[in-house]
Amino acid sequence: MRGYLPDFDVHVPASLGEALDLMAQRPGIFTPLAGGTDLMVVYNAGRLKPTCFLDLSRLAELRGIEEDATSLCFGALTTFTELRECRAVHQHFPNLVKSARATGALAIQNRGTLAGNIANASPAADTPPSLLAYGAELELVSPRGLRRVAYDQFHRGYKSMDLAADELLTRILVPKPAGRGFHYFRKVGTRQAQAISKTCLAAYARIEEGCVAELRIGLGSVAPAPVRARNAEAALLGQPLASLPVAAAREALLADMSPIDDIRATAHYRSVVTRNLLGQMLRELASL
Amino acid sequence: MADRIDLTLTVNGADHRVSVPPFARLLDVLREDLRLTGTKEGCGEGECGACTVLLNGQVVNSCLVPAVQAQGAVVVTVEGLADGERLSSLQAAFLAHNGAQCGFCTPGMLLSATDLINRCPNPSDDQIRDGLAGNLCRCTGYAKILDAVHTAAADTGAPR
Repeated sequence: MRGYLPDFDVHVPASLGEALDLMAQRPGIFTPLAGGTDLMVVYNAGRLKPTCFLDLSRLAELRGIEEDATSLCFGALTTFTELRECRAVHQHFPNLVKSARATGALAIQNRGTLAGNIANASPAADTPPSLLAYGAELELVSPRGLRRVAYDQFHRGYKSMDLAADELLTRILVPKPAGRGFHYFRKVGTRQAQAISKTCLAAYARIEEGCVAELRIGLGSVAPAPVRARNAEAALLGQPLASLPVAAAREALLADMSPIDDIRATAHYRSVVTRNLLGQMLRELASL
Repeated sequence: MADRIDLTLTVNGADHRVSVPPFARLLDVLREDLRLTGTKEGCGEGECGACTVLLNGQVVNSCLVPAVQAQGAVVVTVEGLADGERLSSLQAAFLAHNGAQCGFCTPGMLLSATDLINRCPNPSDDQIRDGLAGNLCRCTGYAKILDAVHTAAADTGAPR
């Protein structure tokens, strides 16, 4: 049974400034709405409480992908389709292209947004592991000003974020990898399209003189929020590709996860398969 | 209590103005307010693609689009594909290849395939599978649908 329609109001601000003013005047009242591909599902299932939405989808200030010498800056409303089609994303962030392709299917990719994927805060979202691997930063704006937060500090627990009631996530900044890079992304779901992840691992490594000089690994669906695999990273950082400590890294990865049993997979399955993904990633890394 | 909005939109080339709650689903506006019942509701959660329509030239799940976001939009539904009694080449190909059995997924399949051929006039099997990945069919096994899309793409005149 769907929700009761008159319980759901929608305000359509004409500018980002108006949106921020509305949120400041009535903090905690508005739920930002972009592509609707998550919120409408909850509504259709009858699990959405009466809500006053703030429809951000028409705000030009939140659109577009900007490139400069050192980074790509994604407007909050950047869709998965735009990620798939942007040449600079293919060139610098292949994991983000794979993440976007792995999200739903085309009809979802045309509507769903990068900021929505982040702020919906599902542990199973497919772009967050890649954003963690690439060291993304988030730009948060309120009438009090603008601040930037490292994405790996943003999620604080299940659906809990470093985001104040009057703040909007406006842009996602991702530094371009420099030097000799290695990119890995794999999502495991029931099928390639539409399925929600059972587990997901994205990694970016920079190789210098045959060693792992920089490494970030992002995980999905194995913790209350998307997480960095800091223990596994520590086991691998500085190590030579010729003799990567695979067993130690797989063991360390256990401390990075807190998987649960749910309708999609068991905790045991997630634990085993995520370690296997790390093993596959390290085999590919070693063969560079 | 949400006030109704005056929603104006162009559907299959005709302008419409309806008074609806802002969070009404585009699917329901099409089926109930405009009586265009070709668009089907399957899962109601963006998984099955039965409710696929073109919104401003892009495929969307109409069960996931609130009316307020369709304000001023141009929509194409399955009713807009044929020219009177003359089927589109894709519809004719679905018929020729038995690309429909129970028919429930067919409107969504046709819209996704129409969009695919618009974007990619000579699609490979992989491109068809990607373009139709969000449309589930429980009858045909998909092979006949793939054949139909290949035939329609060839009929559209793209070099193979």
